[in-house]
Amino acid sequence: MLDNLSLFVQYPPLAFDVVLNGLLIGAIFALAAYGMALVWGVLNIVNVVQGELVVLGGYVTFVAVQWGMPPLLGLPLSAAAMFCVGWLIYRAVIFRVVDRDIFISILATFGLSILIQQLANALFGSDVRTVDADLGSVHLFDGMVTLAGIKLLAFALALGAGGALWFFLRKARLGQAIRATAQDPRAARILGIDTDRVFAMTYALNAALCGAAGSLAVMAWTIHPYLGLPYTVRSFMVVVVAGVGNVAGVIAAGLGLGALENVAGFVFGVEFQIAFVFALMVIILVWRNAMATRKRSHLE
Amino acid sequence: MSRISDWYIMGAIALAGLAGPLLLPGLATQIAFLWLMVVFALTWDMLGGRMGYNSFGNIVFFGIGCYAAAVVQRDAGLPYFEALALGLLAGAVCAVLAAVVFGAAMLGIRGHYFAIGTLGLGIAAGEVAAGWDYVGAGSGMALPLYPGELGQRELFFCYSLFALAAICFLCCRAVYATRFGLALNAIRDDHDKADAMGLRTTPIKIFAWALSAFFLALSGGLAANMIGFIDPRDVAFAGATFGVWMVLMAILGGKGTLWGPVLGAFVFHVTQELFWTWLLGWQRVALGLLIVIIVVFFPQGIMGWLAERRARAEAGT
Repeated sequence: MLDNLSLFVQYPPLAFDVVLNGLLIGAIFALAAYGMALVWGVLNIVNVVQGELVVLGGYVTFVAVQWGMPPLLGLPLSAAAMFCVGWLIYRAVIFRVVDRDIFISILATFGLSILIQQLANALFGSDVRTVDADLGSVHLFDGMVTLAGIKLLAFALALGAGGALWFFLRKARLGQAIRATAQDPRAARILGIDTDRVFAMTYALNAALCGAAGSLAVMAWTIHPYLGLPYTVRSFMVVVVAGVGNVAGVIAAGLGLGALENVAGFVFGVEFQIAFVFALMVIILVWRNAMATRKRSHLE
Repeated sequence: MSRISDWYIMGAIALAGLAGPLLLPGLATQIAFLWLMVVFALTWDMLGGRMGYNSFGNIVFFGIGCYAAAVVQRDAGLPYFEALALGLLAGAVCAVLAAVVFGAAMLGIRGHYFAIGTLGLGIAAGEVAAGWDYVGAGSGMALPLYPGELGQRELFFCYSLFALAAICFLCCRAVYATRFGLALNAIRDDHDKADAMGLRTTPIKIFAWALSAFFLALSGGLAANMIGFIDPRDVAFAGATFGVWMVLMAILGGKGTLWGPVLGAFVFHVTQELFWTWLLGWQRVALGLLIVIIVVFFPQGIMGWLAERRARAEAGT
């Protein structure tokens, strides 16, 4: 562990490589986290099935490429397919839990996540899958730093999607309806907004964002059926740190998480990377609670 | 349920628990698992049902019990039963300490933050165990062989787990009847009011979690010996099976009631034993579907449903 740390000091470009690659992967986390923030803010549901939607999006691209489609076309295809899946999930389950106890919605989406995870396992097998996007790589510092083209694309895309989402929520009619519903569903209904449709669109939009994230994940990294929960937890963490209605914060937190995770994976070893993600979430929650308690005691 | 019929039911279950394994020795392992499920559901309900803290990470304490027993039995150099007893004790101590530490840190977190936080705790523990060489890392640990005759082993674990489930049940029954039990319900119903009424909520919550950790660790040590092998992700910290079943059984039976978790464990385990093998590899898909259906359509559970029916009948007459 310390050996790995001292490597950073001896070869600064290596540290640069690890951090930069982590930042770029973090863009994928940010993409999935936009969706979670949206669903959390509008439907008041913590969507535990988030990560499975990401993984499923990855499988759509994987299958499309197997059928001979160019990998980059898989990206819009994944988003579109997952939009439909999200709509179906909303119509089947989510609309029944929107107004109910938070525990019911967490457990219901948790059940959905087991369901989709196991279905993916049965349909696609438990092998680790990846797709080569054929975009080449960029080398810096005499090859000490290697950046895959697809990661750069993912980064650009996540930023673009963040901007588009911000614009959509502020300017588009549906976006304004979504924001109104988030503020007060009852008042929105009185003003003639079909909140059920807004909820459905929000959930489907979230699934589409997850689909895009998954498509990028399968090209830039790997997927397998059991990777869903880590994505859920990453999105959750990012939203907890950034806040629900804060697109710029989500980007920053997502990138930061990616960099931190990559460094931790390098220092502690890859076998502890997942443990690190989950432990980090616990630490963030405990920290957040401790800060809130301190603030309260100041007020007294 | 009136006082008298309560005792009848407990007597009948005790009789069945004592005679069952002797009459049906072929089913001893399944019956042992049934008692394990009862412990799971009861300990989950202490927090989830009674106190309103929905933990998805109680499996941590089960896993600690598994590993503590296995390590002690491996390294203590004692005969089987002494080592087992020492291992169970070590597991219980470790789990209670863990519950106090985690509880002090995490029980201040509320609502869905607590639920997701404990979910992370359970998975992180499994991943750490899977990467830690001292406890066998990803390949898990094998436990020493039971020294008795063939067929004795199943009976031994069946009766030990039965005793554990019975003690756990009686303990819950006694605890819920005290002021402490009322304090748990007060925390569930309105945490801030409970605080304002002067309840020392933090120690109460930690004690409740430690109590549930104590029983879970004992069940972990026994279950690990019964199964004979612990895998970090599939036995000890099996969040996707045991960890989810705990929640599901308590809800199915009716959370927050005394008999609900027991009933839920019986119904779930029997259903599972009868129908699971027909599903041929689709069991976990069915589990996910079952969770969604139960939670969305039947969140009050069997006991809640019965109480509703009775209330409606009384209102009608």
